[in-house]
Amino acid sequence: MILRLVPPLIVLLLAGPILAGLLMALLPAFGYLPALGGDSLSLAPWRQLFDQPGIWRSMAVSFASGLATTAVSLAIVLLFLAAASGSRLDRWIRRLVSPLLSLPHAAAAFGLAFLIAPSGLLLRLVSPGLTGWERPPDLLIVQDPWGLSLMAGLILKEVPFLLLMSLAALPQLDPQRRLAMARSLGYRPTLAWFKVVAPALYPLIRLPVYAVIAYASSVVDVALILGPTLPPVLSVSILQWFNDPDLDRRFLASAGAILQLGLTASALLTWWGLERLGAWLMRGWIARGGRRRGEVPLRLAGRGLILLTTLTAFVGLASLALNSVAAFWRFPEAWPQGLTLQHWLRVLPQLADPLASTALIALGATLLALVLVLAALENEQRIGHRPSRALWLLYLPLIVPQIAFLFGLVVVMEYLGTRPHHGLVIFGHLLFVLPYVYLSLAEAYRRLDPRWSQLARTLGASPGSLFWRVRLPLLLAPILTASAVGLAVSIGQYLPTQLLGAGRITTVTTEAVALAAGGNRRIIGVWALVQASLPLVGFTLAVGLPRLLWSHRRGMRDTL
Amino acid sequence: MTQTHHLALHDVSIALDGALLVALDARIGPGEVLTVMGPSGSGKSTLLAYLAGFLDEAFAASGQVILDGVAIQGLPAERRGIGLLFQDPLLFPHLSVADNLRFGLPRHRRDKRARVEAALAHLGLADFGDRDPATLSGGQKARVALMRLLLSEPRAVLLDEPFSKLDTQLRQEMRDWVFEHLREAGLPSLLVTHDHQDAEAAGGRLIELSV
Amino acid sequence: MFRSPLLLALGLVGLTSAQAAPDPHDWEAVLDEARGQQVFWYAWAGEERINDYIQWTADRVAERYDITLTHVKLGDTAEAVSRVLAERQAGNDERGNVDLIWINGENFATMKANDLLFGPWSEQLPHYPLTDPENSPAVRYDWTIPVDGLEAPWSSSQVVFYYDTALVDDHPRSMPELLDWARANPGDFTYARVPNFLGNAFITQAMLELAEETAPFYAPVEESDFDALTAPLWEFLDALHPHLWRGGRAFPANSAELRRLMGDGEIAIGLSFSTTEASGAIANFELPETVRTYVHDGGMIGNLSFLAIPYNAQHKAGAMVVADFLLSPEAQARKQDPVIWGSGTVLAMERLEEDERARFAQIDLGIATLPPEALGELLGQPHPSWVDALEAAWQRRYVGQ
Repeated sequence: MILRLVPPLIVLLLAGPILAGLLMALLPAFGYLPALGGDSLSLAPWRQLFDQPGIWRSMAVSFASGLATTAVSLAIVLLFLAAASGSRLDRWIRRLVSPLLSLPHAAAAFGLAFLIAPSGLLLRLVSPGLTGWERPPDLLIVQDPWGLSLMAGLILKEVPFLLLMSLAALPQLDPQRRLAMARSLGYRPTLAWFKVVAPALYPLIRLPVYAVIAYASSVVDVALILGPTLPPVLSVSILQWFNDPDLDRRFLASAGAILQLGLTASALLTWWGLERLGAWLMRGWIARGGRRRGEVPLRLAGRGLILLTTLTAFVGLASLALNSVAAFWRFPEAWPQGLTLQHWLRVLPQLADPLASTALIALGATLLALVLVLAALENEQRIGHRPSRALWLLYLPLIVPQIAFLFGLVVVMEYLGTRPHHGLVIFGHLLFVLPYVYLSLAEAYRRLDPRWSQLARTLGASPGSLFWRVRLPLLLAPILTASAVGLAVSIGQYLPTQLLGAGRITTVTTEAVALAAGGNRRIIGVWALVQASLPLVGFTLAVGLPRLLWSHRRGMRDTL
Repeated sequence: MTQTHHLALHDVSIALDGALLVALDARIGPGEVLTVMGPSGSGKSTLLAYLAGFLDEAFAASGQVILDGVAIQGLPAERRGIGLLFQDPLLFPHLSVADNLRFGLPRHRRDKRARVEAALAHLGLADFGDRDPATLSGGQKARVALMRLLLSEPRAVLLDEPFSKLDTQLRQEMRDWVFEHLREAGLPSLLVTHDHQDAEAAGGRLIELSV
Repeated sequence: MFRSPLLLALGLVGLTSAQAAPDPHDWEAVLDEARGQQVFWYAWAGEERINDYIQWTADRVAERYDITLTHVKLGDTAEAVSRVLAERQAGNDERGNVDLIWINGENFATMKANDLLFGPWSEQLPHYPLTDPENSPAVRYDWTIPVDGLEAPWSSSQVVFYYDTALVDDHPRSMPELLDWARANPGDFTYARVPNFLGNAFITQAMLELAEETAPFYAPVEESDFDALTAPLWEFLDALHPHLWRGGRAFPANSAELRRLMGDGEIAIGLSFSTTEASGAIANFELPETVRTYVHDGGMIGNLSFLAIPYNAQHKAGAMVVADFLLSPEAQARKQDPVIWGSGTVLAMERLEEDERARFAQIDLGIATLPPEALGELLGQPHPSWVDALEAAWQRRYVGQ
């Protein structure tokens, strides 16, 4: 049966390119790449790598960004979940956070940059009134050498990600009952949550947490916008070496890619160690039995921090919007001297091609991913158990840094003489779209009441008819949501588009990031807004379509 | 609906990890209801899953299930000819009332529309075909669910505590209605319940399982 | 070794599809061949106005020559060079992705030295004589490297400083004066991050200005004592950096970011590779109207940029036609308009017809642009090898400190 072949096909599709890419980075890293005259193994690329000015600084910032971003994001999310009591404010915060998941990283980074720069919106609002500054202060905030603004930009995006992952996992734990039990023993609610729910929740979100570490320690697009420059983070340096006209630098870049792999691995390992330590400390804390102390500050922090990150993201977006229609706008004015559509009119004629490419690639990758994921999940239903062992391979593209294997993949493609085209980019996006589509659909698929399929089958429905007539319509809402997630992931991709498309295939994301170097806030504002609004279209459809289709089916609306 | 069907369970036993859960040997004639009672954990639902064809691979079952002279225990659920009535009516929420009934009809039936309309009329729901099943009352849902099952032309029926979620008055009414229809259709039925009144209403033999 | 069968296969494909390279002497044939071609132009794209201009070009060549021109947007021209090199390494000698590159200096030197360029072709372009090559030899040398017909001249640029008259009373006129000014106004000046070409231009300008003798810079760096000749430069930069924007711990990525800093009032003096950039930026709301341009008394560095065709380009005829169109008075005059782009022409006015000259005369250079006679002496670019050496030395000195 064809369905049975799907899980191995998925594994091959995901693991194959990654392993091939890593191999083609590993060989040149040790000097072996006959096409460039590297015929023998040597350590020369590594010596050259560690001779690069500022290499240790690059590594330190990448490493710190991986750990700090994750720690802060996780803390914010856990604090919020602990403090949330289902009040209206809490529900409002949740609703505010979810659209941020679809916001591309680059757009969030631009928004933050516009906000916190010395000449950014925040300081304009308080200047010269509070500060007395008539000119922007000479402060190194954006692109600071320690990567703090980089981490802040990443946190804006990772908080929604971890929050939604946690919210998806929580129902399995029946937190209400656990809390009620703990509170009946005299624990205040927030403390109770940390003591009885958090320890059970963490294992369920461990993989997303690892994905955040890997991402934050190797990100390229956000680092190009917010990261340090003298030297840049490791991933950006690798990109520069790879693009150097001196092809010998490919060896250096390959060694850098392997170094990045090692760096991310050691960040993960360090985190794992911290996990042990945290668990040990936590056991002690729980065992001591404190029931009240710290409740109020924890609860305030829980709501305050997530509100801060969420509002920052939204005000950043608003500042993008304002910039996109601003005429001359000098510091310290908080409002532009005039509003103009000139920037939009200028960009509009150039939008068509990148928009079409973005849509084609996103739809193609998402559709492919959806078919594969549905086939895999359906197969799992039919054989009656999970293929648990191969499952971790799904996370491979999320854990292995993109930059470590994509270059190798490009080398492979060059060997094969493959010319850049949309198909190749779609295939590259599939690596990242597929895991997310799988992650967002699998739980809903597995949790669908098994009685529906039992009922359908005792009524004589064949497995195929069961899938098309029962499972697919009943799961329409989660399937559309998973598709919207897939579209958003694809739309946000920078590196795979840039590398596999050889710069010839431009999407709104590559355009926006390319302009980042230009620093024209007006034009960046336009592109970033376009980039940010595209995934929203997908999510709006995902929410609206089922409502429309099931407007006369009350039983379906409850599942939305 | 006047054919006669026989369901026989020959030395059926189900074990998990070597521990015996259920052992049963029984014959059920046309229109007869065999009631199986037992506390939770006595393996009632395991027995139903086995008969309907949904038993998890972790269980080891032996014995034979003969329906109209054919051993069916190796067949996939949809080809066994065994209908299943759940605690909840489980009307498909994405389909109209009529489409729910139509879902039960075997594919080869030609006059689907007429059959569905006749079934609706029989239920006193003639104008309800296009309705959203969520708008029906509890009793109406339960009747539509049984009618859907009968339209699928099963040769035997399993009932999984089908009345436990109904309120007292409706429960009595539905018991009579369901058993009457099953008898009329000449279907051998197996009822799983923990309610003695169910067993009395079924009027057939009673087997008690122990933990 | 393991890829030889593959290469063989590719070679066979190459053989069957091989066609004679177009002959620029037979321009009619070139035009014929170009019709219907899709030309991939790899060009730096960090400036929106440049992208707009290229889009305009694409529209024109589509109308007139039935050529589909696609702008492949680069953050760094080196990416295109690296692509062509990679293609050669992979044995792709016939069907290269890159048809046309906007190029000069170091990248041209690399491509020429590695035989990666098609040509000679540029001197046969119908519009080439308008550059008056006999009397303006600049079009025949690219950073001291002979062009040899391997690239067509396109743009001339000269570095200028711009400053905000609302913030600066008296602008510096030399590097030592700039240092004094920076000391008095800390945080108000910066230059683009090396190895961005504008950053390279600033340190090259400083090197030329501060050196006793500039002749060695026009020969390969290997022939000189790099450390001794550049000592004054490092001494100057060491002194300057603490007084730069962000204390010299960060630099803007390129000219556009530099301009934004100026527009936001973060700095008061900046620099540009375009004499009309300030005027154009004022018109586009990017700079305040108080910004003006100035040059140093000892002259400013300048250069030409060119268009080259890789040896393996698939659409050479189309690329030549595009290059020739870009050299036309119409395209050159539009390019010089500061509101459109403001990049200097390479045409010699005296070679143009009356009406063509009028196109240039009509251009409003804007309030912040210096008249041609005020631009001072043009300093030539040193030999490209100096840039590499300067870049590396700068990074060793200032990166990761």
